[in-house]
Amino acid sequence: MNEKKPKADRKSGLPAATGWRDLPHVPVSLGTMGSIGKTGEWRILRPKISGEKCNRCGICYLYCPEGTMVFKSGMGPEVNLTYCKGCGICASECPRKAISMKPENADRNNG
Amino acid sequence: MDEMIEQPADQTLILTGNEAAAWAARRAKVHVVTAFPITPQTTVMETIAQFVDAGKMNSQFIRMESEHSVMAGMIGASMTGARTFTATSGQGLLYMAELVHWAAGARLPVITTIASRGIAPPWNIWVDYSDVLSMRDTGWMIQFASTHQEIFDSVIINYKVAENPEVMLPAFVAYGGFTQSHTSKPVAVPGQGRIDDFLPPPPRKGWPHLNLDPDRPIVHGNIMMPHQEYMEFRFKIHETMERAKSVIKEAIREFKDGFGRDYHGLIESYLSEDAEYLLVTVGALAEQAKDAVDSLRKRGVRAGLVKLRYYRPFPTEDLAALLEAVNLKAVAVADRSIAYGSPTGGHISSDFYSVLRQTRKEITYLPVVWGLGGRDVTVEEQVGLFEDLRDFHEGGRVGGTNKLICGTLWVGLR
Repeated sequence: MNEKKPKADRKSGLPAATGWRDLPHVPVSLGTMGSIGKTGEWRILRPKISGEKCNRCGICYLYCPEGTMVFKSGMGPEVNLTYCKGCGICASECPRKAISMKPENADRNNG
Repeated sequence: MDEMIEQPADQTLILTGNEAAAWAARRAKVHVVTAFPITPQTTVMETIAQFVDAGKMNSQFIRMESEHSVMAGMIGASMTGARTFTATSGQGLLYMAELVHWAAGARLPVITTIASRGIAPPWNIWVDYSDVLSMRDTGWMIQFASTHQEIFDSVIINYKVAENPEVMLPAFVAYGGFTQSHTSKPVAVPGQGRIDDFLPPPPRKGWPHLNLDPDRPIVHGNIMMPHQEYMEFRFKIHETMERAKSVIKEAIREFKDGFGRDYHGLIESYLSEDAEYLLVTVGALAEQAKDAVDSLRKRGVRAGLVKLRYYRPFPTEDLAALLEAVNLKAVAVADRSIAYGSPTGGHISSDFYSVLRQTRKEITYLPVVWGLGGRDVTVEEQVGLFEDLRDFHEGGRVGGTNKLICGTLWVGLR
């Protein structure tokens, strides 16, 4: 008889729990990028950063609740569009008003 | 030798109930106290503030902007492995209700003393256990302290129970607002060394199951889908409550060995072995009822008392065992709290049906509600309750001024 063994957890490699007795007191996750999926697909507004106004102060990075504002060396902040949900907090907090929120469709059409 | 000279010796101090709670937090060497005032617990926080300010208590004392933040602070601190303590009452406890659930769900051994008071509206600051009992399904252990000494001792004992790796659940120690919080009694405060022997510090690496460590970032409290283990994690808390019963009893035994004071277990029985009429109740009124029992015994009435110490976990087995007492005819269970719409109107008296279910004996059962909002219950009224219980057992009705309505006796209801 073929007994189906529960698959090990794909992220941590730990063997899957077979019942309540195997579980720890609480679930704790080690943190994985995008564990809930590509949340960028939820977006209806997209942040657009003006290179002229931005002074790389980093406030948008600090306030982004999802950690999708990225600073690459020598370059201005960039939005990780795979996960950015378009909440607009970066635009709201930017002290130089260098970020504006544009409708998602408008940018798609303009490439 | 220097260490021995500097260790504070055992002392007996005249303390209010609130001061006893504060001394217990001090002796327990808690790391973090988050604070917000509310009558009648405020002097717990004020006493701790004085200890910290005088350098007698090496704790972080953090004033928060509300009780909701107080419990959030307890959770955050506890997640780093800190021993945590706070106190609240009534509306303040309700204000932190969401996070009360969280602390238990995160399995954090936070200890909180409750100087119980009535719930508004109308505004009421006097003894009524509806506040702590409204938290009865949150996963916190709940213990009632019936004397000032018990307030001090219970905080220490409950740290030992809560921090047991197999338990890891928070606990309330509840006592009467003003009647216990503000009255003064002699309290034996053991020297720090003796407390340290009984209650070692928390593990330096933090709690094994949940620890915030900058070198190993974790995420806790994530979403969990229906097909994942949410139901199993919920079950585990309930299952832990069952197992906590033996941990509690063991801690009480150890405490008796170390300090000479015996708290018996989840319940305390007073002359119940040969009683015909038994009263089950909580808190200072349970301690007071011993006087009523003595008075009745002098008149030849076989009265007995059971002091329910722990309400969560509910000591079904221990209570059921008492029902097998050979002479027992009738049991009254008295709540100083109200549970609207429940089978009896009271929390404990509704839960007690599970105990009655354990026996085949025919026992007359009388749920009772008394003392809401701090309304006094005198020894004479407690004696009168036993008389009502006997009348109810013999004839199904009561004679005195108490009102029997839909099967529950409302003491002193006008």
